[in-house]
Amino acid sequence: MPCKNCKTKPVIQLTNNNVKLCKSCFIRYFEKKVLKTIRKFQLLDKEDNVAVALSGGKDSLTVLYILNKLASTKRNLKLTAILIDEGIKGYREHTIKDAKKFCKENKIPLKIYSFKKEFKYPLDTLIKKINEKSCTICGVLRRVLLNKKSRALKVKKLATGHNLDDEAQSILMNQFKRNMPLSARLGPKTGVMPNEKFIIRIKPLYLMTELETATYAHLRNLTTKFNECKYVSDSLRDNVREFLNNFEERYPGTKNAIIQSFLEILPLLKEHYAKIGGIKYCKNCEEPCSSEICRTCKLLEKIR
Amino acid sequence: MKVYIQKTNQNKNMKSNITVKELLKQLNINTTTVIVSVNNELTTLDRNLKDKDNVKILSVISGG
Repeated sequence: MPCKNCKTKPVIQLTNNNVKLCKSCFIRYFEKKVLKTIRKFQLLDKEDNVAVALSGGKDSLTVLYILNKLASTKRNLKLTAILIDEGIKGYREHTIKDAKKFCKENKIPLKIYSFKKEFKYPLDTLIKKINEKSCTICGVLRRVLLNKKSRALKVKKLATGHNLDDEAQSILMNQFKRNMPLSARLGPKTGVMPNEKFIIRIKPLYLMTELETATYAHLRNLTTKFNECKYVSDSLRDNVREFLNNFEERYPGTKNAIIQSFLEILPLLKEHYAKIGGIKYCKNCEEPCSSEICRTCKLLEKIR
Repeated sequence: MKVYIQKTNQNKNMKSNITVKELLKQLNINTTTVIVSVNNELTTLDRNLKDKDNVKILSVISGG
Protein backbone atom coordinates (compact mmCIF):
# COMPACT_ATOMS: atom_id res chain seq x y z
CA MET A 1 0.00 0.00 0.00
CA PRO A 2 1.49 3.41 -0.98
CA CYS A 3 1.81 6.71 0.92
CA LYS A 4 -1.60 7.99 2.03
CA ASN A 5 -1.02 11.45 0.56
CA CYS A 6 1.06 11.12 -2.60
CA LYS A 7 0.85 7.42 -3.49
CA THR A 8 4.64 6.94 -3.58
CA LYS A 9 6.79 4.36 -1.74
CA PRO A 10 6.15 4.50 2.04
CA VAL A 11 8.96 4.60 4.66
CA ILE A 12 6.82 4.18 7.78
CA GLN A 13 3.45 2.96 8.99
CA LEU A 14 2.18 5.11 11.89
CA THR A 15 1.24 3.04 14.92
CA ASN A 16 -2.03 4.63 15.91
CA ASN A 17 -3.97 4.72 12.65
CA ASN A 18 -2.17 2.37 10.22
CA VAL A 19 -1.45 5.31 7.90
CA LYS A 20 1.59 4.89 5.65
CA LEU A 21 3.74 7.87 4.68
CA CYS A 22 6.60 8.45 2.23
CA LYS A 23 9.81 10.26 3.17
CA SER A 24 8.71 13.85 2.49
CA CYS A 25 5.17 13.38 3.88
CA PHE A 26 6.57 11.78 7.05
CA ILE A 27 9.12 14.59 7.60
CA ARG A 28 6.30 17.14 7.21
CA TYR A 29 4.02 15.15 9.55
CA PHE A 30 6.77 14.83 12.20
CA GLU A 31 7.80 18.50 12.23
CA LYS A 32 4.18 19.68 12.22
CA LYS A 33 3.36 17.45 15.20
CA VAL A 34 6.41 18.65 17.19
CA LEU A 35 5.49 22.32 16.55
CA LYS A 36 1.89 21.53 17.53
CA THR A 37 3.18 19.97 20.79
CA ILE A 38 5.21 23.15 21.48
CA ARG A 39 2.12 25.33 20.93
CA LYS A 40 -0.36 23.06 22.74
CA PHE A 41 1.67 22.81 25.93
CA GLN A 42 3.14 26.36 25.65
CA LEU A 43 6.69 25.05 25.76
CA LEU A 44 8.19 28.25 24.32
CA ASP A 45 7.52 31.92 25.02
CA LYS A 46 7.57 34.67 22.41
CA GLU A 47 11.07 35.53 23.54
CA ASP A 48 13.03 32.59 24.86
CA ASN A 49 16.51 31.50 25.81
CA VAL A 50 16.75 27.71 25.69
CA ALA A 51 19.53 25.23 26.35
CA VAL A 52 19.18 21.86 24.65
CA ALA A 53 20.52 18.88 26.58
CA LEU A 54 22.49 17.28 23.78
CA SER A 55 23.86 13.76 23.96
CA GLY A 56 24.56 13.41 20.26
CA GLY A 57 21.99 10.61 20.03
CA LYS A 58 18.97 10.60 17.72
CA ASP A 59 16.49 12.18 20.16
CA SER A 60 18.49 15.21 21.29
CA LEU A 61 19.85 15.87 17.78
CA THR A 62 16.27 15.84 16.51
CA VAL A 63 15.15 18.35 19.18
CA LEU A 64 18.11 20.62 18.45
CA TYR A 65 17.56 20.37 14.69
CA ILE A 66 13.86 21.30 14.91
CA LEU A 67 14.39 24.10 17.48
CA ASN A 68 17.23 25.49 15.36
CA LYS A 69 14.95 25.43 12.32
CA LEU A 70 12.35 27.29 14.38
CA ALA A 71 14.99 29.79 15.60
CA SER A 72 15.91 30.60 12.01
CA THR A 73 12.38 31.86 11.40
CA LYS A 74 11.73 33.10 14.93
CA ARG A 75 14.56 35.53 15.69
CA ASN A 76 13.81 35.84 19.40
CA LEU A 77 14.66 32.22 20.24
CA LYS A 78 18.22 31.87 21.52
CA LEU A 79 19.72 28.37 21.59
CA THR A 80 22.73 26.81 23.33
CA ALA A 81 23.59 23.11 23.42
CA ILE A 82 24.82 21.50 26.66
CA LEU A 83 26.54 18.14 26.52
CA ILE A 84 27.36 16.05 29.58
CA ASP A 85 30.23 13.64 29.09
CA GLU A 86 29.52 10.99 31.72
CA GLY A 87 32.61 9.00 30.84
CA ILE A 88 31.19 5.82 29.25
CA LYS A 89 33.97 4.33 27.20
CA GLY A 90 32.97 2.91 23.83
CA TYR A 91 29.67 4.85 23.76
CA ARG A 92 29.87 8.52 24.62
CA GLU A 93 32.91 9.37 22.47
CA HIS A 94 30.93 8.45 19.31
CA THR A 95 27.93 10.60 20.20
CA ILE A 96 30.18 13.53 21.27
CA LYS A 97 31.74 13.44 17.81
CA ASP A 98 28.29 13.63 16.14
CA ALA A 99 27.22 16.44 18.51
CA LYS A 100 30.35 18.55 17.85
CA LYS A 101 30.01 18.09 14.09
CA PHE A 102 26.32 19.03 14.17
CA CYS A 103 26.82 22.17 16.30
CA LYS A 104 29.76 23.34 14.18
CA GLU A 105 27.81 22.91 10.93
CA ASN A 106 24.76 24.67 12.33
CA LYS A 107 26.69 27.39 14.24
CA ILE A 108 25.12 26.52 17.59
CA PRO A 109 27.23 27.22 20.72
CA LEU A 110 28.11 23.95 22.47
CA LYS A 111 29.18 23.68 26.12
CA ILE A 112 30.66 20.37 27.29
CA TYR A 113 30.90 19.38 30.98
CA SER A 114 32.26 16.08 32.23
CA PHE A 115 31.60 13.89 35.28
CA LYS A 116 35.37 13.53 35.60
CA LYS A 117 35.91 17.25 36.01
CA GLU A 118 32.77 17.97 38.05
CA PHE A 119 32.67 14.85 40.26
CA LYS A 120 36.31 13.72 40.10
CA TYR A 121 35.59 10.39 38.34
CA PRO A 122 34.00 9.21 35.06
CA LEU A 123 30.86 7.02 35.29
CA ASP A 124 32.88 3.88 34.44
CA THR A 125 34.83 4.45 37.72
CA LEU A 126 31.90 5.75 39.79
CA ILE A 127 29.91 2.53 39.30
CA LYS A 128 32.79 0.61 40.88
CA LYS A 129 32.96 3.01 43.84
CA ILE A 130 29.24 3.42 44.53
CA ASN A 131 26.99 0.48 45.25
CA GLU A 132 24.05 1.67 43.14
CA LYS A 133 22.67 0.88 39.69
CA SER A 134 24.65 2.60 36.94
CA CYS A 135 21.52 4.27 35.52
CA THR A 136 20.67 5.69 38.98
CA ILE A 137 24.14 7.23 39.41
CA CYS A 138 24.20 8.53 35.85
CA GLY A 139 20.64 9.92 35.96
CA VAL A 140 21.02 11.74 39.28
CA LEU A 141 24.41 13.29 38.47
CA ARG A 142 23.49 14.22 34.90
CA ARG A 143 20.24 15.87 36.04
CA VAL A 144 21.91 18.02 38.69
CA LEU A 145 24.74 19.03 36.38
CA LEU A 146 22.34 20.03 33.59
CA ASN A 147 20.34 22.14 36.04
CA LYS A 148 23.40 23.85 37.56
CA LYS A 149 25.02 24.59 34.22
CA SER A 150 21.76 25.83 32.66
CA ARG A 151 21.37 28.20 35.61
CA ALA A 152 24.95 29.41 35.22
CA LEU A 153 24.31 30.05 31.52
CA LYS A 154 21.19 32.05 32.53
CA VAL A 155 18.88 30.16 30.17
CA LYS A 156 15.13 30.14 30.86
CA LYS A 157 14.44 26.54 29.84
CA LEU A 158 16.18 23.26 29.23
CA ALA A 159 14.88 21.22 26.29
CA THR A 160 15.43 17.47 26.41
CA GLY A 161 15.02 14.68 23.85
CA HIS A 162 12.55 12.66 25.93
CA ASN A 163 10.02 11.03 23.63
CA LEU A 164 6.64 9.31 24.12
CA ASP A 165 8.30 5.96 24.89
CA ASP A 166 10.55 7.47 27.59
CA GLU A 167 7.59 9.17 29.25
CA ALA A 168 5.36 6.06 29.12
CA GLN A 169 8.21 4.09 30.75
CA SER A 170 8.63 6.72 33.51
CA ILE A 171 4.89 6.73 34.26
CA LEU A 172 4.84 2.93 34.65
CA MET A 173 8.09 2.87 36.66
CA ASN A 174 6.63 5.40 39.11
CA GLN A 175 3.46 3.28 39.41
CA PHE A 176 5.53 0.14 40.07
CA LYS A 177 7.50 1.97 42.77
CA ARG A 178 4.46 3.85 44.14
CA ASN A 179 6.19 7.15 43.54
CA MET A 180 3.39 9.55 42.63
CA PRO A 181 5.27 12.72 43.65
CA LEU A 182 7.79 11.85 40.92
CA SER A 183 4.98 11.37 38.39
CA ALA A 184 3.64 14.82 39.31
CA ARG A 185 6.93 16.27 38.08
CA LEU A 186 6.57 14.60 34.65
CA GLY A 187 4.73 15.96 31.62
CA PRO A 188 5.75 18.02 28.58
CA LYS A 189 6.83 20.82 30.92
CA THR A 190 8.35 19.47 34.12
CA GLY A 191 8.13 20.64 37.71
CA VAL A 192 5.27 21.10 40.17
CA MET A 193 5.81 24.76 41.03
CA PRO A 194 8.18 27.48 39.75
CA ASN A 195 11.49 27.79 41.62
CA GLU A 196 14.36 30.16 40.83
CA LYS A 197 16.95 27.43 41.33
CA PHE A 198 15.19 24.92 39.14
CA ILE A 199 15.35 25.42 35.36
CA ILE A 200 12.08 24.31 33.71
CA ARG A 201 12.51 21.35 31.38
CA ILE A 202 10.56 21.08 28.16
CA LYS A 203 10.03 17.98 26.02
CA PRO A 204 9.20 18.88 22.40
CA LEU A 205 9.16 15.16 21.40
CA TYR A 206 6.57 14.35 24.08
CA LEU A 207 4.06 12.94 21.57
CA MET A 208 6.54 11.33 19.17
CA THR A 209 7.40 7.64 19.53
CA GLU A 210 10.95 6.36 19.65
CA LEU A 211 10.38 4.63 16.30
CA GLU A 212 9.12 7.84 14.67
CA THR A 213 12.04 9.84 16.11
CA ALA A 214 14.59 7.28 14.87
CA THR A 215 12.94 7.31 11.43
CA TYR A 216 13.07 11.14 11.32
CA ALA A 217 16.72 11.27 12.47
CA HIS A 218 17.64 8.66 9.87
CA LEU A 219 15.80 10.41 7.02
CA ARG A 220 17.33 13.77 7.96
CA ASN A 221 20.79 12.18 8.21
CA LEU A 222 21.18 13.51 11.76
CA THR A 223 22.79 10.28 12.83
CA THR A 224 23.52 7.10 10.98
CA LYS A 225 24.30 4.91 13.98
CA PHE A 226 21.87 4.26 16.80
CA ASN A 227 24.35 3.40 19.51
CA GLU A 228 23.10 1.72 22.63
CA CYS A 229 24.58 2.59 26.02
CA LYS A 230 26.49 -0.41 27.44
CA TYR A 231 24.69 -0.06 30.79
CA VAL A 232 21.20 -0.06 29.23
CA SER A 233 20.28 -3.61 30.27
CA ASP A 234 21.18 -2.91 33.88
CA SER A 235 18.05 -0.93 34.64
CA LEU A 236 14.40 -1.21 35.69
CA ARG A 237 13.72 1.08 32.73
CA ASP A 238 15.06 -1.56 30.35
CA ASN A 239 12.65 -4.16 31.69
CA VAL A 240 9.72 -1.75 31.54
CA ARG A 241 10.76 -0.78 27.99
CA GLU A 242 10.74 -4.42 26.90
CA PHE A 243 7.39 -5.03 28.57
CA LEU A 244 5.86 -1.97 26.87
CA ASN A 245 7.32 -2.84 23.47
CA ASN A 246 5.85 -6.33 23.69
CA PHE A 247 2.46 -4.82 24.56
CA GLU A 248 2.75 -2.25 21.78
CA GLU A 249 3.45 -4.98 19.23
CA ARG A 250 0.42 -6.99 20.32
CA TYR A 251 -1.87 -4.03 21.04
CA PRO A 252 -0.75 -1.08 18.87
CA GLY A 253 -1.40 2.29 20.48
CA THR A 254 -0.72 1.14 24.07
CA LYS A 255 2.03 3.71 24.75
CA ASN A 256 -0.01 6.56 23.33
CA ALA A 257 -2.99 5.51 25.47
CA ILE A 258 -0.78 5.60 28.60
CA ILE A 259 0.37 9.15 27.75
CA GLN A 260 -3.12 10.44 26.93
CA SER A 261 -4.57 8.95 30.15
CA PHE A 262 -1.71 10.45 32.14
CA LEU A 263 -2.24 13.90 30.60
CA GLU A 264 -5.84 13.80 31.84
CA ILE A 265 -4.79 13.34 35.48
CA LEU A 266 -1.53 15.34 35.41
CA PRO A 267 -3.07 18.77 36.28
CA LEU A 268 -4.68 17.19 39.37
CA LEU A 269 -1.41 15.54 40.41
CA LYS A 270 0.53 18.80 40.03
CA GLU A 271 -2.10 20.73 41.99
CA HIS A 272 -2.13 18.14 44.77
CA TYR A 273 1.66 17.93 45.20
CA ALA A 274 2.09 21.71 44.92
CA LYS A 275 -0.17 22.00 47.99
CA ILE A 276 1.44 19.36 50.17
CA GLY A 277 5.10 19.23 49.21
CA GLY A 278 7.06 22.45 49.14
CA ILE A 279 10.56 22.43 47.66
CA LYS A 280 13.35 22.02 50.19
CA TYR A 281 17.03 22.90 49.82
CA CYS A 282 19.87 20.47 50.46
CA LYS A 283 21.76 21.23 53.71
CA ASN A 284 25.08 20.49 51.99
CA CYS A 285 24.89 22.01 48.52
CA GLU A 286 21.72 24.17 48.76
CA GLU A 287 20.32 22.71 45.55
CA PRO A 288 16.52 22.24 45.38
CA CYS A 289 15.43 18.75 46.48
CA SER A 290 12.65 16.85 48.21
CA SER A 291 14.48 15.85 51.42
CA GLU A 292 17.08 17.34 53.80
CA ILE A 293 20.07 16.02 51.83
CA CYS A 294 19.80 15.76 48.06
CA ARG A 295 20.38 12.50 46.17
CA THR A 296 23.55 13.85 44.56
CA CYS A 297 25.17 14.55 47.94
CA LYS A 298 24.01 11.15 49.24
CA LEU A 299 25.61 9.45 46.24
CA LEU A 300 28.84 11.45 46.36
CA GLU A 301 29.13 10.78 50.11
CA LYS A 302 29.58 7.08 49.28
CA ILE A 303 32.82 7.66 47.35
CA ARG A 304 34.56 9.86 49.90
CA MET B 1 19.20 -12.42 0.63
CA LYS B 2 21.71 -10.56 2.82
CA VAL B 3 20.55 -9.31 6.18
CA TYR B 4 22.57 -7.12 8.55
CA ILE B 5 21.50 -6.82 12.20
CA GLN B 6 23.07 -3.67 13.67
CA LYS B 7 22.38 -4.44 17.35
CA THR B 8 24.46 -7.62 17.31
CA ASN B 9 26.67 -6.57 14.37
CA GLN B 10 25.72 -9.80 12.54
CA ASN B 11 25.43 -10.59 8.84
CA LYS B 12 23.08 -13.38 7.84
CA ASN B 13 21.88 -15.06 4.67
CA MET B 14 18.13 -15.57 4.83
CA LYS B 15 15.50 -17.04 2.52
CA SER B 16 13.66 -14.43 0.45
CA ASN B 17 9.99 -14.15 -0.64
CA ILE B 18 8.86 -13.17 2.81
CA THR B 19 7.71 -9.82 4.20
CA VAL B 20 9.81 -7.62 6.53
CA LYS B 21 7.39 -8.52 9.32
CA GLU B 22 7.90 -12.25 8.72
CA LEU B 23 11.67 -11.77 8.61
CA LEU B 24 11.63 -9.98 11.99
CA LYS B 25 9.45 -12.75 13.42
CA GLN B 26 11.94 -15.39 12.22
CA LEU B 27 14.76 -13.42 13.86
CA ASN B 28 12.71 -12.93 17.05
CA ILE B 29 12.96 -9.13 16.81
CA ASN B 30 10.15 -6.92 18.11
CA THR B 31 8.81 -4.81 15.22
CA THR B 32 8.46 -1.70 17.40
CA THR B 33 12.17 -1.62 18.29
CA VAL B 34 13.76 -1.40 14.83
CA ILE B 35 13.66 0.45 11.56
CA VAL B 36 14.42 -1.57 8.46
CA SER B 37 16.07 -0.45 5.25
CA VAL B 38 16.03 -2.38 1.99
CA ASN B 39 18.73 -1.36 -0.50
CA ASN B 40 19.41 1.71 1.69
CA GLU B 41 15.79 2.95 1.71
CA LEU B 42 13.57 2.73 4.78
CA THR B 43 10.58 0.51 4.31
CA THR B 44 7.38 -0.74 5.96
CA LEU B 45 6.64 -4.13 7.50
CA ASP B 46 4.52 -5.40 4.59
CA ARG B 47 7.32 -5.02 2.00
CA ASN B 48 8.02 -8.27 0.21
CA LEU B 49 11.71 -9.15 0.19
CA LYS B 50 13.48 -10.46 -2.91
CA ASP B 51 16.61 -12.52 -3.28
CA LYS B 52 18.90 -9.66 -4.31
CA ASP B 53 17.69 -7.30 -1.58
CA ASN B 54 20.17 -5.91 0.91
CA VAL B 55 18.39 -5.64 4.26
CA LYS B 56 19.57 -3.65 7.28
CA ILE B 57 17.85 -3.87 10.66
CA LEU B 58 18.64 -0.85 12.84
CA SER B 59 17.81 -0.78 16.54
CA VAL B 60 16.08 2.44 17.67
CA ILE B 61 16.80 2.07 21.39
CA SER B 62 19.56 4.34 22.62
CA GLY B 63 19.41 3.92 26.39
CA GLY B 64 19.17 6.23 29.40
